[in-house]
Amino acid sequence: MTAYAWLLVALPLAGAAVLLLGGKRTNAWGHLLGTAMSLGSFGVGVATLIEMLAKTAEERETIIHLWDWIVVGTFHVPVALQLDQLSISFVLLITGVGSLIHIYSIGYMAHDENRRKFFAYLNLFIAAMLVLVLANNYMLLYVGWEGVGLASYLLIGFWIHKPSAATAAKKAFVVNRVGDVGLSLAVMLMFTAFGTVTFGEVNAAAESASTQTATWIGLALLLAACGKSAQFPLQSWLLDAMEGPTPVSALIHAATMVTAGVYLIARSHAIYDIAPIAQTAVIVIGGITLIMGAIIGTAKDDIKKGLAGSTMSQIGYMILGVGLGPVGYVFALFHLITHGFFKAGMFLGAGSVMHGMHDDVNMRHYGNLRTAMKITYATFGMGFLAIIGIPPFAGFWSKDEIIRAAFSHSPLTGIVTLIGAGITAFYMTRMMAMTFFGTARWQDDVHPHESPKSMTIPMMILSIGSAFGGMLLLFVANIESWLEPVVGFEHAHGGPDSSVLIPVTLTIVAIGAMMGWVQYAKREVPLLAPTDVSIFTKAARADLYGDTFNEAVFMRPGQYLTRSLVYVDNKVVDGVVNGTAGLVGVVAAQLRRTQTGFVRSYALVMVLGVVVIGAIAAIVGMA
Amino acid sequence: MNLSLPYLSLLIAIPTFGAVFVGLLRNSNEDQVRKIGVFFSLITAVLAILMAVNYDQSANNVMQFVETYTWIPALGTSFALGVDGISLTLILLAAILVPVVLIAGWKESEGQRGSVRQYVVLTLVTEAMMVGVFAATDVFLFYVFFEAILIPMYILIGRFGGARASYAAVKFLLYSIVGGLLMLVSLIGLWVISKEQFGAGTFDWFALQDLQIDGPTQNWLFLGFFIAFAIKAPLFPFHTWLPDAAGEATPGSATLLVGVLDKIGTFGMIRYLLPLFPLAVDYFRPVIIVMCLVGIIYGALLAIGQSDIKRLIAYTSVSHFGFIALGIFAYTSQGLSGASLYMINHGFSTAALFLIAGFMISRRGSRYIEDFGGVAKVAPLLAGTFLLAGLSSLALPGMSSFVSEFLVLTGTFTRYPVPAIIATIGIVLAALYILLMIQRTMTGEPSDEVRSTVGELTTREKFAITPVIAIILVLGFFPQIVLNVVNPTIERVMILVGATDPLPTQGDNK
Repeated sequence: MTAYAWLLVALPLAGAAVLLLGGKRTNAWGHLLGTAMSLGSFGVGVATLIEMLAKTAEERETIIHLWDWIVVGTFHVPVALQLDQLSISFVLLITGVGSLIHIYSIGYMAHDENRRKFFAYLNLFIAAMLVLVLANNYMLLYVGWEGVGLASYLLIGFWIHKPSAATAAKKAFVVNRVGDVGLSLAVMLMFTAFGTVTFGEVNAAAESASTQTATWIGLALLLAACGKSAQFPLQSWLLDAMEGPTPVSALIHAATMVTAGVYLIARSHAIYDIAPIAQTAVIVIGGITLIMGAIIGTAKDDIKKGLAGSTMSQIGYMILGVGLGPVGYVFALFHLITHGFFKAGMFLGAGSVMHGMHDDVNMRHYGNLRTAMKITYATFGMGFLAIIGIPPFAGFWSKDEIIRAAFSHSPLTGIVTLIGAGITAFYMTRMMAMTFFGTARWQDDVHPHESPKSMTIPMMILSIGSAFGGMLLLFVANIESWLEPVVGFEHAHGGPDSSVLIPVTLTIVAIGAMMGWVQYAKREVPLLAPTDVSIFTKAARADLYGDTFNEAVFMRPGQYLTRSLVYVDNKVVDGVVNGTAGLVGVVAAQLRRTQTGFVRSYALVMVLGVVVIGAIAAIVGMA
Repeated sequence: MNLSLPYLSLLIAIPTFGAVFVGLLRNSNEDQVRKIGVFFSLITAVLAILMAVNYDQSANNVMQFVETYTWIPALGTSFALGVDGISLTLILLAAILVPVVLIAGWKESEGQRGSVRQYVVLTLVTEAMMVGVFAATDVFLFYVFFEAILIPMYILIGRFGGARASYAAVKFLLYSIVGGLLMLVSLIGLWVISKEQFGAGTFDWFALQDLQIDGPTQNWLFLGFFIAFAIKAPLFPFHTWLPDAAGEATPGSATLLVGVLDKIGTFGMIRYLLPLFPLAVDYFRPVIIVMCLVGIIYGALLAIGQSDIKRLIAYTSVSHFGFIALGIFAYTSQGLSGASLYMINHGFSTAALFLIAGFMISRRGSRYIEDFGGVAKVAPLLAGTFLLAGLSSLALPGMSSFVSEFLVLTGTFTRYPVPAIIATIGIVLAALYILLMIQRTMTGEPSDEVRSTVGELTTREKFAITPVIAIILVLGFFPQIVLNVVNPTIERVMILVGATDPLPTQGDNK
């Protein structure tokens, strides 16, 4: 099956093409085709994995060269796929969770007149995301990188008549483009320094590269990761991205696309391993974002935005993890996969709640939903236990390993991850309590009901992943030794022992959860958000002023600049550079009166030219 | 198919014959005139494709399909034609775009000051001259085409354009004539020097490369050519005629103007400036690179600030021409090949933008962004194709423009890292100018006017725009189709000017 790995991308791509070009004719069965293509891709992925398992660890990397994409001088970029333990793990996550979300969307989008288009975009996303993780070089990765950005743009703005959705879509694309500049620069630096942009050759060349070069490449790649993975200071687009339909938030803005930054850094491990400054920068960015996202999560009443803050925070953990080097790569990727299960599951749960609540996203209008939506409650609950890190749920294993690796780096790094764990427990308990516990604060005419099977079954499958995924990956799949040949692995040394760390972590989690429970399950939740709150709450509600900053520093000065330049170009450049502005006016006025005047004047110029040539020829000839 | 024909003279003769034929037609209605025009342009396109198929990528000769006819022996000038990889692809671009423009702009010549017949005649004449300007291997012949093409374009803008068309047309003409005259002076200078060194004056491009010209003289001669090309291409600060001309011209003429005609400038830089004045290029390179960078960012910022869709597209081109020229003057094979590919890609993506914008404008009767909004809801296919054209303009990977823009940036970076880093700002601004326009025109709830006027693409419109979009996508994944043709020419240019690519600075590949 390995030889047919191109089908992984080709199937969903064909699905998107058929649905977009087929138009209304495909409305009746478009969602089925889209789902089938995603499932087909998953099937190819599983078959490829089975073949890979039959080989020894060293032989598992296969490069499938499809065609030469760009060849100019020594700049040689193939369209080639790299199948190895890292890429196949992503393939299964993307197509597996992706297929579940396709199935879920059949029910969720059943009444949307543009459901076919929705599935076309989902297929496009799957194809682009697979290009991103299967590429064997940074240029082809770039295609997937901006391809998922396009799919994200189309899906955030899916309800295109809503101005807020259109604005959010554009914002996501533009902010991501800022990050993409980082990827461009990294590729240019690599080509300039090493003469190649393929992973294997860059990794080989990195061994003898100068620290300075590696540092610059590392920082440029970090900028790219910040954009795609919504890390500080490019985080602001993710909260607005919740304008998209909820399955999109689950797939793209939680489980897969936003983790691409983690993938990028892990893939470029050879660069970071020799660039301590870049590694430190990665840790700092991850640390800041993990705390920032968690704080934002504590103040949101919109269930999706709460989850979005949480996603930022959890990816912060992963970024911090890959910043730690070989002690962290494997566990960051481990957390990426478990997060894919539980966060996608919770987003689908949120979608199920919204489905039963007339698309209301305000948790202050929820309460006591566990009685009305038992399956949603149970599956969301599994995700909740996983994310706050209760053993033996999935998040416990992966987050615990990151915390331990962080302590081996420095006490400060470790403490940041511990604080994050505490806040996570608080905001997730708050969300759980406001939604499923306490008193029912439902609005008039709202009659919560459980969602159809097509929606609940994917939620159930993901909740199984949330419950057992961690143990399976750690003890059965042996994720450390599985990924080690690709990204390297070292046991963490130093820092407190597990026998100390686990109880401490669990205590902090318990405290956070208790505070959330007391405040939001035991006390009455007001229908309107209180306004007499501390400046901290205000700041958290305002997303820690990320947008305020962007507007003050970039948007308003930018608007002023473009307006002034338009004036300058019309009045000054046009006039001064050539001094013909006035002349043009005069001549134009003349010509308007005598339309034929032009031909005469042109002829005159031509004649003049010929005369000049003739004269010179004559002079030269005489000389 | 292995056919040996005098392709280049045929490519000039067929549209010319078509123009004369249409011009002499009597008792035919407008539709017949247009159909005949399309017919001749399609024959030209087929012939151009045939020529491209017969072009030998591995051949060692600089020019292929060479034809030479005696013209004015006394001046040492002959009617000499031939193509290298770059001019071949540009002729192909022109030959493909003319029928597209004629079909897409079926109605745009109606109800104008000029007649439909004039419009078709002028477009065909323009096509013939475009082939001539790219195929000329005699510098004087090039100059003649360079100037002569102004006439049909001037009338196309002036007689078929919008309210301020006369102003825009005259401005276009004056700018171009000033540039042309400066070039003429340099041309004469070259001829005089060739007379001194060879004993007989010549305009032959091959012969002129053997001239030994000292630095200061090269600088003066260079300036004459460079300003002419910088006006044509156009580079900052010589660009101000373009938004007026492209804004007032019909979308079809704007496509030919910005998509093909302006390429004469960047084409001329590679064909004439680099081989003939290498010392002067070195001397002026810092200034030119600054001009390119300013143009990239300035053009993009101005595009963001526009309220008129066609002017917006024109300003995006100012930014894109900055990229093209940057690639040329970076003097690396990636920069030069990237710039050559960029010319082709920019031609198609600008065509898509102008033509689809034209479809919208003709429906709504307004060029202003504020008069649209919600188009995606009433005409999803129209909106989708416009988005695709926009994505091509902002160089999304998967579109042809990405490959060329990235090659230009990489090719610049290996020699001049700081300018390349500054140029990447253009990548972000491109996303802004395109997506702001898309948001303002396509999203939201449509107004009553939009609902009642803006309908879905017609069959004719789909027919015209499909090949353009197909080419954009195919070249995105298979850019080697063009690069294989262009690369050998670029390698020769590099040898000719004595430039070599910087080697990798570290690692095993050192």
